[in-house]
Amino acid sequence: MNSKSKYLAYPYSIWMIIFILFPLFLIFLYSITLRNANEIKTITFTFENFAKFFNPIYINVLIRSISIAALSTIICLFIGYPVAYLLTRINEENKGLLILLFILPMWMNMLLRTYAWMTILGNTGLINSFLSFLNLPKINLLYNNNAVILGMVYNFLPFMVFPIYTALNKMDRSLIEAADDLGADSFTIFRKVIFPLSLPGVISGLVMVFMPAVSTFVIPRLLGGGKNILIGNLIEKLFLVTRDWNFGAALSMIILIIIFISIKILNVLNIDKESGISL
Amino acid sequence: MKGSIIELKNIVKKYKDVKVLNEISFNVYKNEFVTLLGPSGCGKTTTLRIIGGFEIANEGFVSFEGENINNIPPYKRQINTVFQNYALFPHMNVFENIAFGLKIKKLKTKIIDNKVKRILNLVGLENFEKREIDSLSGGQQQRIAIARALVNEPKVLLLDEPLGALDLKLRKDMQVELKNIQKTLGITFIYVTHDQEEALTMSDRIIIMKSGNIQQIGTPINIYNEPVNSFVADFIGESNIISGVMKDDYQVNFLGKNFECVDYGFKKMEKVKIVIRPEDIHIVEKDSGLLNGEVKSVVFKGVHYEIGVISKNFEFLIQSTKSSKVGNTIGLYFNPDDIHVMREV
Repeated sequence: MNSKSKYLAYPYSIWMIIFILFPLFLIFLYSITLRNANEIKTITFTFENFAKFFNPIYINVLIRSISIAALSTIICLFIGYPVAYLLTRINEENKGLLILLFILPMWMNMLLRTYAWMTILGNTGLINSFLSFLNLPKINLLYNNNAVILGMVYNFLPFMVFPIYTALNKMDRSLIEAADDLGADSFTIFRKVIFPLSLPGVISGLVMVFMPAVSTFVIPRLLGGGKNILIGNLIEKLFLVTRDWNFGAALSMIILIIIFISIKILNVLNIDKESGISL
Repeated sequence: MKGSIIELKNIVKKYKDVKVLNEISFNVYKNEFVTLLGPSGCGKTTTLRIIGGFEIANEGFVSFEGENINNIPPYKRQINTVFQNYALFPHMNVFENIAFGLKIKKLKTKIIDNKVKRILNLVGLENFEKREIDSLSGGQQQRIAIARALVNEPKVLLLDEPLGALDLKLRKDMQVELKNIQKTLGITFIYVTHDQEEALTMSDRIIIMKSGNIQQIGTPINIYNEPVNSFVADFIGESNIISGVMKDDYQVNFLGKNFECVDYGFKKMEKVKIVIRPEDIHIVEKDSGLLNGEVKSVVFKGVHYEIGVISKNFEFLIQSTKSSKVGNTIGLYFNPDDIHVMREV
């Protein structure tokens, strides 16, 4: 890169500093300082906020968040991979339509989309109305973990489909023909050629779904009814209700570290160097 | 037919409504090196893909050792392919690439190791087993692609312009090597190229194609010396192609003059094309040849000179070891049997 074009990156660097690095630094600062000592003069450094986290209540919230997010991510993978695979196989006209169907909901507000599920799953919602119309007993669909997982899968599925689709789409068709030529049946071709080559897309998809799933607070609040709170709800409460910004910041740092570690682990699995996300 | 390993019979292939292959029929015999030659878009690659099983013909059939294989998928055919872009698996190293087919056949590890070693020796890449594909040069990737196909000991090997991406020097070396490999292993090769020189160097027989039709099938010598039409003449080697009329048997008229020739069996006064190879035209003293002409250009080509001569508004291309000066008037001479008369296409 020549020295002149380097200057073109300056506005972006400034943007990064103001809107990403500085807030991150503030969160970090809050997480290692004492509550009520937030004036520069009386600032006191402490690990108390992190120590507070090692309480079974909070640990359980974290474990629940991670397991629900992980489960949603896995479900997204199992639905998303076949969809992405199908997208590469169908003809051009139908492909555009199908991609649009996947993108269209993303143009709507996530809150709105999640509310829509409430009117479908709710006690007087679409499904239960239909059941009572058939004189069947109502079932409790809303306000449980399943509803939360459904909400996560629904909202984050496109983030799984598109990286996998991209990886599959850029794959050279002649590699599949070569495997076929060398005696591999279609299952072997998938196992030995298609899947390994789509792995970078799968890894990107896993990260892109897991990240928002582990930190969301809208979906568990609306669809989970706030009964089983997740770490996102906890942080939201600490900031907005309890006003314990320091503990909230510490929890945010912990999530940050967990996501960082999980990306690192996934990247070790990834043989291909040109994956979408690398740290 | 006896000894024939592959037979194509009246193959028609259409993409939507466009016919890309029009009733293609030919035989390939055991241990033969056959080249499908033609300009791009002539259907040669499609023909190869039909033999490999990657495309299904709309009409006609392909048979392998006398059995119709139209409905046999590629992975069940005893045919292997070397792809134009090599199609090596980027997530596997050299050993895994070559062993791919052998592992599917569930051979013992020891046998696989031996076979891979032997084939790497054959293509001159000993001890390359552990190398990653993207650390190899184009020529090395090419050899691995050939090794990966050959290690399965196919009865027929299909090659789709395998040397297209290599530089001239490497291409010439590989031509000789491929021909040697084919002779050593006694495998039937079906080779696709648009490079006429490559076809002439390597093939036992050449099949010349143009817009989905076969123009001529024959040995390189046969095709070079006796092209059936002006397209073949023009495509194989360089040619002077002149319009003329056939006066009578053994007599042809072009550039306003009658010439003695060895062709016969045309209608009287039939319009024909006359093909004369540049190396068959000799430069002689003015007025002592068959035609006179003025030298327009002289280009030194190493072994010979390429000389452009204008005679009666036709520019002859002449290849000669003798040089001349631009602006000189010279005589042109050619033997009657170097005048090739062909019907217009």
